Amino acid sequence: MKGATILGKDRAPVLATQGLTRHFGGLTAVNDVSIELMMGTIHAVIGPNGAGKSTLMNLLSGDLFPSAGHIHLEGDAITHCTPPQRSLRGLGRSYQKTNVFLPLTVFENARLAAQSRAGSSLRFFRPVLHEATINERAQLAIDAAGLGARSDRVVATLSHGEQRQVEIAMALATAPRVLLLDEPLAGMGAEESSAIVQLLARLRESHAILLVEHDMDAVFSLADTLTVMVNGTVLESGPPAFIRSSAAVQAAYLGGDENMHA
Amino acid sequence: MPPSHSAPGRTAARVMLQIALLLALACLPWFAEKYYVQFVARILIMGILAMSLDLLLGYTGLVSFGHAAFYGVAAYSLAMLTPAYQAAWFWTSFPLAVLGAAAAGLAIGFFVVRTHGIYFIMVTLAFAQMLFFLFHDTRIAGGNDGIYIDVRPDTTILGWKPFDLERYDQVYLLVLVLFALVWMFLRILLRSRFGHVLVGIRVNEHRMRSLGFETFRYKLACFTIAAALAGIAGYLSALQFGVVNPEFMGWHQSAAVMMMVILGGMGTLIGPVLGASAWMLLELGFQSLPVAGSIDLGKHWQLWMGAFIVLTALLLPSGLLGAWSALWRRLHHQTPALDADDPVAKP
Repeated sequence: MKGATILGKDRAPVLATQGLTRHFGGLTAVNDVSIELMMGTIHAVIGPNGAGKSTLMNLLSGDLFPSAGHIHLEGDAITHCTPPQRSLRGLGRSYQKTNVFLPLTVFENARLAAQSRAGSSLRFFRPVLHEATINERAQLAIDAAGLGARSDRVVATLSHGEQRQVEIAMALATAPRVLLLDEPLAGMGAEESSAIVQLLARLRESHAILLVEHDMDAVFSLADTLTVMVNGTVLESGPPAFIRSSAAVQAAYLGGDENMHA
Repeated sequence: MPPSHSAPGRTAARVMLQIALLLALACLPWFAEKYYVQFVARILIMGILAMSLDLLLGYTGLVSFGHAAFYGVAAYSLAMLTPAYQAAWFWTSFPLAVLGAAAAGLAIGFFVVRTHGIYFIMVTLAFAQMLFFLFHDTRIAGGNDGIYIDVRPDTTILGWKPFDLERYDQVYLLVLVLFALVWMFLRILLRSRFGHVLVGIRVNEHRMRSLGFETFRYKLACFTIAAALAGIAGYLSALQFGVVNPEFMGWHQSAAVMMMVILGGMGTLIGPVLGASAWMLLELGFQSLPVAGSIDLGKHWQLWMGAFIVLTALLLPSGLLGAWSALWRRLHHQTPALDADDPVAKP
């Protein structure tokens, strides 16, 4: 499906990397990774711990800069853009380790995210309370992430799974076109987890999603494309059925993993 | 905070209480002696300075150890704008002094807000000490001895004199009005988009950046605003004392304001004001301790002050205000919880 024109739609990748590489001293955490992310699809990156998935995420979001290689977002080179610049260009991200504003309420978390899309915040006099657009956008994101009933709770008092949902609400409130989700289901209960899976399936229509996730049921039910990483390199990339049957993947990673076949 | 949180009745009561307090303070010159009126003016000036530092310290999480620099720049501005044996004009010298402090804040902030944590503390201190020695070791403005303001600024506009700054009671009222304005300004500022960004930066700057906020810009704006407000305090101080010396911008002064903020309670507006009041009252109290036998207790007031600070830090880690809220909750049998009503109350 890559690069082809399907149904007359432009199938140029929204996010693409070429030869992305990152060294930490003598260790090559990400080695010559080229991936493409299409609008309206979910591209999952899987691999054992230490495969370089999180480093890849950090390179894409700008938290780390690559040692070599290029990143393009909607055709523009963003390799040297800072995280705020990438965010404003439509790249939203959630973190593996919950990275939110713990002393603030769910609503305030989402509102800060929404505020970033409402022009400059060098505005000193009008109370945020009266900024209808920002507040509405925050509330929509909270409802979408399934936290409607938790809006006024201080995030520090929420369960781990709910804090993960706050991550997603914040990413959504920035109205991104590309979503980088780093293990969004980690630590969630079955119910919360299936709600998020349904949410991601809905979000797929209008977003390009790069998903790093260990829950193989979720990955195989959601992903249009899978990339398997081992030791910083791409082992195999393709549709789920192809990955499932790949001998290389079986040998290197999925062989002993019973979850894979569930 | 969504509207559901703040009970309108309570807010109204709070505003009424604040207005009543201000009016009561405004009446002070009619029944207190000069010494006490000037003493309260000093508390209010330190209150402005402490609030301005708290904008950095308590709200944005920028631990500035050189805040007195901007206080001193404005004080020296007034001294240098005052011609010998003549008066400066209030309506130009005041804005120029505040602008001078803001400009110094912008210039120093441009370098320091790029640093974090302990480095931020170090470079703010270093810049302030550079300014201190600039005034201490050169003859720019009287050097080590400082510079006198012989005549207080004149406020005449087209032959009409709205207030007379040679009169201590009118200086006091000017200080009170500016104190109230700074308070109101900060209240409004902290509820705006900008104020929420500052709190976001304190809580999690990394996340703010990944949400698309160029935090450098906001920290620099905050540093500049705090410097300008410190400048208001500096101008008023110079005006009241009639003399400015390098001690205005020394690290002792920076440390004293920081202790006032911490003593009162960071991340609130009332905290720093409480801290400034407590600090000044304690200083006065300890200095007037009697001679006991062969030891002059009052002369060693800094020792008692130090002991008091140590005890407060150990016993009341969230300051006087934090202790008061805890007591209030206990009296009203409320469970201690994170204050959802005011996100900025918890640093």
